Amino acid sequence: MARYLKRSLGQIAFVIIGIAVINFFLLRLAPGDAAQVMAGEAGSATPEYMAALRQQFGLDQPLYVQFLSYLKNVLTLNLGYSFRQGMPVSELIALRLPATLLLMGTSIAFAVSVGGTLGFLAARHAGRLADTVISSVALVFYATPVFWIGVMLVVVFSVLLDWLPVGGMASIESGLTGLGYAADVAQHLILPALTLGLFYLAIYTRLMRASMLEVYGQDFVRTARAKGVRPRRIALRHVLRNALLPIVTTLGVQLGSILGGAILVETVFAWPGLGRLAFEALFQRDLNLLLGILFCSSVVVVFVNLAVDLAYTVLDPRIELS
Amino acid sequence: MALLDFASPPVSSQAAAAPRDTLLRRLLRRPSAVVGLIFFALIIAMAASADIVYPDDPLDMVAQPFLWPGQDAAYPLGTDMLGRDIASGIFHGARVSLLIGAVATLVSLVIGVTTGAVSGYYGGRLDAGLMRVTELFQTVPPFLFALAIVAILQPSIPTITFAIGITAWPSLARLVRAEVLKLRHGEMVAASIALGASDGRIILLHILPNTLAPVIVSASILVASAILTESSLAFLGLGDPNVVSWGGMVGAGREVLRTDWYVATLPGLAIVAAVLALNLLGDGLNDALNPKGARR
Repeated sequence: MARYLKRSLGQIAFVIIGIAVINFFLLRLAPGDAAQVMAGEAGSATPEYMAALRQQFGLDQPLYVQFLSYLKNVLTLNLGYSFRQGMPVSELIALRLPATLLLMGTSIAFAVSVGGTLGFLAARHAGRLADTVISSVALVFYATPVFWIGVMLVVVFSVLLDWLPVGGMASIESGLTGLGYAADVAQHLILPALTLGLFYLAIYTRLMRASMLEVYGQDFVRTARAKGVRPRRIALRHVLRNALLPIVTTLGVQLGSILGGAILVETVFAWPGLGRLAFEALFQRDLNLLLGILFCSSVVVVFVNLAVDLAYTVLDPRIELS
Repeated sequence: MALLDFASPPVSSQAAAAPRDTLLRRLLRRPSAVVGLIFFALIIAMAASADIVYPDDPLDMVAQPFLWPGQDAAYPLGTDMLGRDIASGIFHGARVSLLIGAVATLVSLVIGVTTGAVSGYYGGRLDAGLMRVTELFQTVPPFLFALAIVAILQPSIPTITFAIGITAWPSLARLVRAEVLKLRHGEMVAASIALGASDGRIILLHILPNTLAPVIVSASILVASAILTESSLAFLGLGDPNVVSWGGMVGAGREVLRTDWYVATLPGLAIVAAVLALNLLGDGLNDALNPKGARR
């Protein structure tokens, strides 16, 4: 375990430095020098600030010196200042992260629980009508762009039926507190979480079905059948438990992609999270803020993957981390 | 988005050697694959005939704005808020989607197959190093990464294609590496080494052809996900401003959602059809190339 942690810390360090390298070169690809990019479009920063930035980033220094100073800044979480938003980038990100985590958490919980159940049912009735229906629906959602699902849900539930709010995270004028506020946020959360969740619901349905069928083909299931264990008990105790592992793996792998989906969903529903911030940065050409978000979300992915590895050992005691 | 990660199935490598007509026949025995083929053929036909059926620029105003579908027979799918013909946009959009999807996949294939083959064949430190880089690219959220690249390089067809290609290869590299590892220490490679074949020759002529089946399946899924990514970028306003894109049409239609929701709905259906077709095709190819896996 200690060896595992040491090794994964090494990996995390590599990934963080790697992302810093990517960001550094992306910044250099942008038109104008890094100071101009850091300060946003011309006019949003004073000449004194620009001069200070050039000095801070040592733009007159050789490339490797520039990189080292950039790395130092990143590692101390000094991601620069966003003039457009009037706040340091790291503070902005910290401010917006909770909303995104709430959205992602709800969507993932929805996708895994409902998708897992559907996949379970489809596998138990493989080849029959229920399976065909579930698999077809999953396939369609799997092919549907997240942003379009969002737009269509708005048309149906906000425009035509007028049941749910079009966007935002809370009603502005209400001034609710405590439970009332939570209920208000929950109401605003339904459509975005559903939008993001439906795509991943399709993935987990397909995955759970495939994974269950895979386990159904194994010898110990045949043994259980031969012993006369009831099909229901086989499905729940023998197959489901063993089919869960790939789901957890995929959860870790998919996290980066879910974050990407969150950008689209937050844009559609004006959900004030990291994705919406990325969109604003994009729109205002605040490239440094955009790269700061890229950096931070990658770091989040790294740490969640570490957590997934640790969750493995709890789910399946046979797995040892080394 | 990294759809591929779970969609890269363990396909047996030997089936690729089957003659082409039997592959097609095997494909045609599966109803879902047939549906996929038909949809795919329709979209290719739309892309190919766009200039003949709709010779004018799809971005030009041709009629009065907000004609609903069916209201005017000349514009079967109606017009948007700027009086642009939606049907024309969908035809021309097919072209852009397929082009970007195909070329971006080609970019991913070149990077992914090279990385995977070199990594799996040589092993050791080179393998460890390349896999670290692959992991790095897998860690950075792919859509956000593509978004940052396009935002910095300015949106145009080449930059969008590059951004999608450079962010989509890691799963392919892992797939190819796993396949190469299976063959690397087999008798076939040992025999080639004994005969004095060079590494390049062994990789290109002996190993890679045997990994073709899973790579083809993954490629069709990759094209689908590239089309999804392209439309998502265009939806956020990061499409090439000089061409029409399905995602861009949905994005523009959002502004008139309350009154004229068909403007955002129709191009979205085109995206669903294209991506669905490629996924069905991928599933069908997977079953057809992998008879052992088709136990259901």
